[in-house]
Amino acid sequence: MAKSIKIRAKMKGDTTQVKCLMTHAMETGLRKDSKTGKMIPAHFINEVMAESGGNTVMTANWSGGISKNPYLSFSFTGGAKGDEVKITWKDNQGGTDSGTAKIK
Amino acid sequence: MTMNIKRRVFLKGSLAAGTVGVAVGAGLLAPQAVLAAWPKAAFEAKSIDEALSAAMGTAANSASDAIKIKAPDIAENGAVVPVSVSASFDGAESIALLAEGNASPLVATFNLGAGALPDVSTRIKMGKTSDVIAIVKADGKLHSARKSVKVTIGGCGG
Amino acid sequence: MNVRIVALAAACAFSASVAMADKMANETTPAEDLKVYTEYFEKRFPGIPLKEFGNGAYALDKVARDNWEAIEEFPPYEPMIDAGEAMWNTPFANGKTYGSCFGDDPAQRANFPYWDSKRKMVVTLALAINECRNANGEKPLKYKKGKIADLLAYMSYQSRGQVANVEIPDDPDAIAAYNDGKNFYFSRRGQLNMSCANCHMQNAGMHVRSELLSPALGHTSGWPVYRAKWGELGTLHRRYGGCNKQVRAKPFKAQGKEYRNLEFFMAHMSNGVEYNGPSARK
Repeated sequence: MAKSIKIRAKMKGDTTQVKCLMTHAMETGLRKDSKTGKMIPAHFINEVMAESGGNTVMTANWSGGISKNPYLSFSFTGGAKGDEVKITWKDNQGGTDSGTAKIK
Repeated sequence: MTMNIKRRVFLKGSLAAGTVGVAVGAGLLAPQAVLAAWPKAAFEAKSIDEALSAAMGTAANSASDAIKIKAPDIAENGAVVPVSVSASFDGAESIALLAEGNASPLVATFNLGAGALPDVSTRIKMGKTSDVIAIVKADGKLHSARKSVKVTIGGCGG
Repeated sequence: MNVRIVALAAACAFSASVAMADKMANETTPAEDLKVYTEYFEKRFPGIPLKEFGNGAYALDKVARDNWEAIEEFPPYEPMIDAGEAMWNTPFANGKTYGSCFGDDPAQRANFPYWDSKRKMVVTLALAINECRNANGEKPLKYKKGKIADLLAYMSYQSRGQVANVEIPDDPDAIAAYNDGKNFYFSRRGQLNMSCANCHMQNAGMHVRSELLSPALGHTSGWPVYRAKWGELGTLHRRYGGCNKQVRAKPFKAQGKEYRNLEFFMAHMSNGVEYNGPSARK
């Protein structure tokens, strides 16, 4: 089970609406650590991939301009109750995580 | 075993270019694994035009009523500004989200795949009061909409 | 910098029609106080149901509420509730659980804070959590953020809907603790020389620069809070420290006597409001 992604996927008529919340610092690299005076290195999710029904539904490219603990919502047609939605993120330091949820 | 072969290819200094070519041909290096897809130039661009040219291939765009941006008139906290973009275009292929007042205006791009609707929401950082701009690429053309969001500094921190 | 201090002090020193700060703390009973406060806020903000006061400034300002409702669509504290649930379900080294201390029921908000007549002190939920850990051979958790906030988030989430009904027993020591908290609330402090009451009673609903001052009624209901400013969950006593520092006053220790007595007073003032934690704020 993903440690850093919560997903809710719901059918609304013919459309599947997906909402997800990721846990990530999303550091821009432009912030100073107030205690050490050093710049906090950039550490942010730069790629998100959404898959369902054997297809890549959406890919996103992000910068550190997305808020900490990012939220993402999107929708697509062609999904059905019980199908699985898989969300994967990668960050600029090589980190990655993925999670799945069934469409309700 | 495969990992070691990949590593050795890169370590072969002056022969690297040729070696990489051979390795790709031999199927030892998957292009996706080596070539980063993240559009660095677009995300580091300091102007809207530069960012759009790098991300979408062109900066030319026309304002469109078919794009709705939902964002607060005044952001409670510039670090977390909720933004939604929804558009009624057939054949929309991608969406770009920009904050004009940010040092690097491009914040996100969304590539719409199989069945995806031009309908995305997220939360962005805004450095100061400015317009949030949504670009939708459909039929090879860029359509745009903008919404002004005020970003204020409060009086009570803690 | 100086101009800002003067402007802030002026804004908060402005007196409303109801003079609250001048009465000596022990001239009125807690029950009388509660009646006065509830009526004051209902008169000041007519048409706002008691339940809505638990949402603070979001009950008063439409634009702020728009921000907040968008965030609440998928609130940032949800993963912390899960983390807290995992803590609740994980046994201590000795095999016992938090449930052993809390009657197997995480929905504890309605039972705290309370007056412990044997030990003659106010016991808050956070304090009780660490006393539970202590009794079972575990190290105490820090009080302002981190693991304790996660566990409080889970317990508060389970407690949603419970109505605040803090009892101040008719016991001189309990009443003294209540009055200690009340005195704290109305005392000016810090370089900015402001009291809690200046901003959250007299000037509730008014602005300090772009900040809308939330009313004291309902202040204790939504904790712990994921403040966008903190980028994480924090506890009530963390906020107490922050508020004191804002007026350039010395902050007190989280879960020390001063803040527990303050919580006792403030929680009682919000009797009738539903517990709605954890919550998201700017």
